Amino acid sequence: MSTSYSTNNQTVTTNSATESQISLRHISKMFPGRSGWLNKITGQASSDFVAIEDINLDIEHNTFVSIIGPSGCGKSTLLDIIAGLSTASSGEVLINGQVVDKPGPDRGMVFQNYALMPWMTVLGNIKFAVETVFPKMPAKQQQRIIKENIQLVGLTGAEKKHPHELSGGMRQRVGIARALAINPQILLMDEPFGALDALTRGFLQDEIERIWEQQRKTAIMITHSIDEALLLSDRIIMMTKGPAARIDEVLEVPFPRPRDRTTVENHPDYLKLKQEMEDHLYRETRAVEAARIK
Amino acid sequence: MTVLRTTINKEKKEKILDNENVQALLLFLLSLGIFLLFWEMGAKLKIFSKGMPTASLTIKELWYWVTHPFYKNGPNDMGIGWNLLISLRRVAIGYTLASLIAVPLGILVGISKVAFKAFNPYFQLLKPVSPLAWLPLGLYIFRDSELTGIFIITIASIWPTLTNTAFGVANVDSSYLNVSKTLGASRWRTIFKVIIPAALPNIISGLRISMGISWLVIVAAEMLLGTGLGYFIWNEWNNLYIPNILVAIFIIGIVGIVLDQIFAYLEKIVSFGKQS
Repeated sequence: MSTSYSTNNQTVTTNSATESQISLRHISKMFPGRSGWLNKITGQASSDFVAIEDINLDIEHNTFVSIIGPSGCGKSTLLDIIAGLSTASSGEVLINGQVVDKPGPDRGMVFQNYALMPWMTVLGNIKFAVETVFPKMPAKQQQRIIKENIQLVGLTGAEKKHPHELSGGMRQRVGIARALAINPQILLMDEPFGALDALTRGFLQDEIERIWEQQRKTAIMITHSIDEALLLSDRIIMMTKGPAARIDEVLEVPFPRPRDRTTVENHPDYLKLKQEMEDHLYRETRAVEAARIK
Repeated sequence: MTVLRTTINKEKKEKILDNENVQALLLFLLSLGIFLLFWEMGAKLKIFSKGMPTASLTIKELWYWVTHPFYKNGPNDMGIGWNLLISLRRVAIGYTLASLIAVPLGILVGISKVAFKAFNPYFQLLKPVSPLAWLPLGLYIFRDSELTGIFIITIASIWPTLTNTAFGVANVDSSYLNVSKTLGASRWRTIFKVIIPAALPNIISGLRISMGISWLVIVAAEMLLGTGLGYFIWNEWNNLYIPNILVAIFIIGIVGIVLDQIFAYLEKIVSFGKQS
């Protein structure tokens, strides 16, 4: 089910399917500390904080990439830079070969805290996105897109509800529908299921897998969950601890698609990959704690 | 089974007296009764100051004024309904003017940090000044007590709305703004579709405080301006008839509650599940 409305998104896709869609070149992010004599006198001076350092990454079209790493390693900072919500201190982000430095509707974002407007209904939240991105589209077509996407995430019937009347899982479904309704080339997800209970989390992971098989958008997801990353990703980027976090290792996930939980868990490579990720996370988290004690 | 049923029945019976609201109502009625009784006895036994009316006389006067609200025998002898309408009219005009200035200005100041820093000294300086301090200036400028009354109300009710609006706009949840940014929404669209609705609970709170202050100030201002509820009290003071002063205080309080509850209701509408 590819959506039939046209955007200028797909123009570059045709030159070569192997060329990477997103390239990160030497991305670093430094949060400047307070300096100067006034801060020194008041005791508020602090040194600069390097969150991530020299990140290089190429992501091909239609791949699902997860970024995993210990808390505070700058995963979200990296995603914010790709989204254009934050600017890199050095390095550049290329999308389809072009430098981007500000947010745009070519990248749809799903937020950890859902970020739904509480005064808008489910329909209103998605409508706001569609009307913002396609202001000149006829109203009928807008309505069709909204309806399709509400249907896609299984919220038909809840259109007129406000976010505070919905469960966390349902709210994130709205968040996903809103991100997909603008038909972005790239889907960015910042710990999309982090605030949900285990069961709801599982449902939504299955849902994402199903939707991704339908649309095959390039996706980048930040996660803390090894199982989630293994279920959904083609590649898993493992980051070291911060400060000055960098990419430690990239895992290729060879499971055939479409996937479901059981076939993934029974795959011969599953345990090996899982073990590798656990070792990595364990090591890095230990290092974080050791650094904190010092 | 029967044992279970009897315990349930017992619980139900106990619940009527256990209910917090019922208890509160009973306590309220009890305290009111004691208060009125103390007042009545005290006034009859003349243990209060000279000329203190009894509770029964005051209630009788209240009944008279409430049942004869609209009559007119010249400016010093009008039904309390007319005076109330005069006061409400002044508040309505002055308050609306203030809101029309305060809300847009608050939005502007809330959006722009430069504007906030530039204009904040004015607000800080003028906010603590009693609105009545403007009265002579108003009379001098307008040479008209009606316009001066409206002017005083405007000055009084501008600050809470202004500062609350600016605060609400400046503190819009950054995740809403991030959504707007990732969608590539224009500045105007972000302001009207995201920032203002997100700040609406704060704006309404500001309007509520402003309304409370207007109602406080109008009574004081009218003592000096003639006509209105404040003047009614001043007039009865000149007549040295205390029951009517008490009646007016009661009516001012009731109207104040009604005005406040209108805004409390509005606050509830715009809160969308958030406790405020």
